[in-house]
Amino acid sequence: MVSRARERGRAGEVAAAVADPELPMLTLADLGILREVTETGDGRVVVTITPTYSGCPAMDAIRADLSAALRAAGYADVEIRTALTPPWTTDWIGEAGRRKLAAAGISPPGPAAPRAPGPVPVALGPVRRRPACPNCGSGETGEISRFGATACRSLWRCQACHEPFEHVKEI
Amino acid sequence: MSDTPAVHPDAAPGNAYEALNEADDPRWAFGTGFTDPLAGVDTSLPPGVDGADLAAYCLMLGDDALIMSHRLQEWCTHAPELEEEVALANIALDLLGQARLLLARAGTADGTGRDEDALAFLRDPGEFRNVRLAEAPNGDFGHAMARLLVFATWRLALLDRLTASRDPVLAAVAAKGVKELAYHRDYAAGWVVRLGDGTAYSRERVYEGLSAVWPLVPELFAADPVESRLADAGVAADPAALRAEFDAVLDQVLAAATLTRPPVPSEGPALGRGGAHTEALTVLLEELQSVARAHPGARW
Repeated sequence: MVSRARERGRAGEVAAAVADPELPMLTLADLGILREVTETGDGRVVVTITPTYSGCPAMDAIRADLSAALRAAGYADVEIRTALTPPWTTDWIGEAGRRKLAAAGISPPGPAAPRAPGPVPVALGPVRRRPACPNCGSGETGEISRFGATACRSLWRCQACHEPFEHVKEI
Repeated sequence: MSDTPAVHPDAAPGNAYEALNEADDPRWAFGTGFTDPLAGVDTSLPPGVDGADLAAYCLMLGDDALIMSHRLQEWCTHAPELEEEVALANIALDLLGQARLLLARAGTADGTGRDEDALAFLRDPGEFRNVRLAEAPNGDFGHAMARLLVFATWRLALLDRLTASRDPVLAAVAAKGVKELAYHRDYAAGWVVRLGDGTAYSRERVYEGLSAVWPLVPELFAADPVESRLADAGVAADPAALRAEFDAVLDQVLAAATLTRPPVPSEGPALGRGGAHTEALTVLLEELQSVARAHPGARW
């Protein structure tokens, strides 16, 4: 994963700054889907990305945005590759990304639950961790729906300020 | 003519809509030509793995996801609440994504180079390898939740084992799918409990749904010869080995829902895996494939 600016070449800087189409307050670097950017000379760049969800419909838009940004920066030959493993996790959203989500009124994800040995347990009870309201900070929040406008978001309501809000689901 | 907007004459497309489609840029207009979901992924066959068998197996798993996704998509504009509509569409989208990856893997494994569209849209019903559970027509919401619980519980157990597959592409698709199926199963389980432990009528509906789905359960654990060969080769999971986990999860959910298992045969043949389907799949595919069949190779 490209994480620090000094490790990036110029193409890496351009790719890292491309905005996510669904959460445009985040860059692709903030979202943690940018795995590798390699300049091979002669204006050629190979970018490797990891999908957030198997069916994320934004992937084609992300590919096109990356190609357009790199072409605009003077790279004539841009190849976008997919890395499926290890699978993306919300733990790859860095501190900067979490701050930007919160500033936009979207509750950032908590740490993804580590996988215990044995079969994946069924969760029949209420959700274990309630996110704090991004508007007033209250911990008195309730889940309205596990599924929101995009695969990565759930819908919540604050019982203190009564505002609804979105939460990026831990995965 | 001095008032003419400054458009370079050589670059000017025929009309404003075409201008959005310049250079096939998917940022401005949706259409055909999705990017291969395995672009840049190493799809070479692991040593000793039979490409035809691996392709057939990926079609089985991909068709399960594609056909189940279609049944869930049919709930769009029919779900009882907006939240459930969104939930069902989200789950359908995850399964469609899994189907795309698995069909693309099938096309690379058998050497035919068929892409996901060719496999989804241009095969006849007898060439589909999905289990019959996926193709059964939709009933009411109780039926939908019973079927989704059974499907997600079985598929989660299956993909969890495939994370150790000797085919690295299959293992990677499975590792992603496990995370998604875990919340699909939680969603369906939550509704089965709510309906089963709800009113007399909600209980009756979900039990009736479970009873309709239950005869399709034994097929999930019957091995097709392709599955047996690939399980021996460390590529596939033996379906029979999933039964204990499936039973334990169903027992836990049904107990919380105060429901009991419908009476059933415990074993049955692998029908769908061999291409033996019901009329329901033919009708489903007529709709799913209609545009691609009517306009072969169309682009828009």
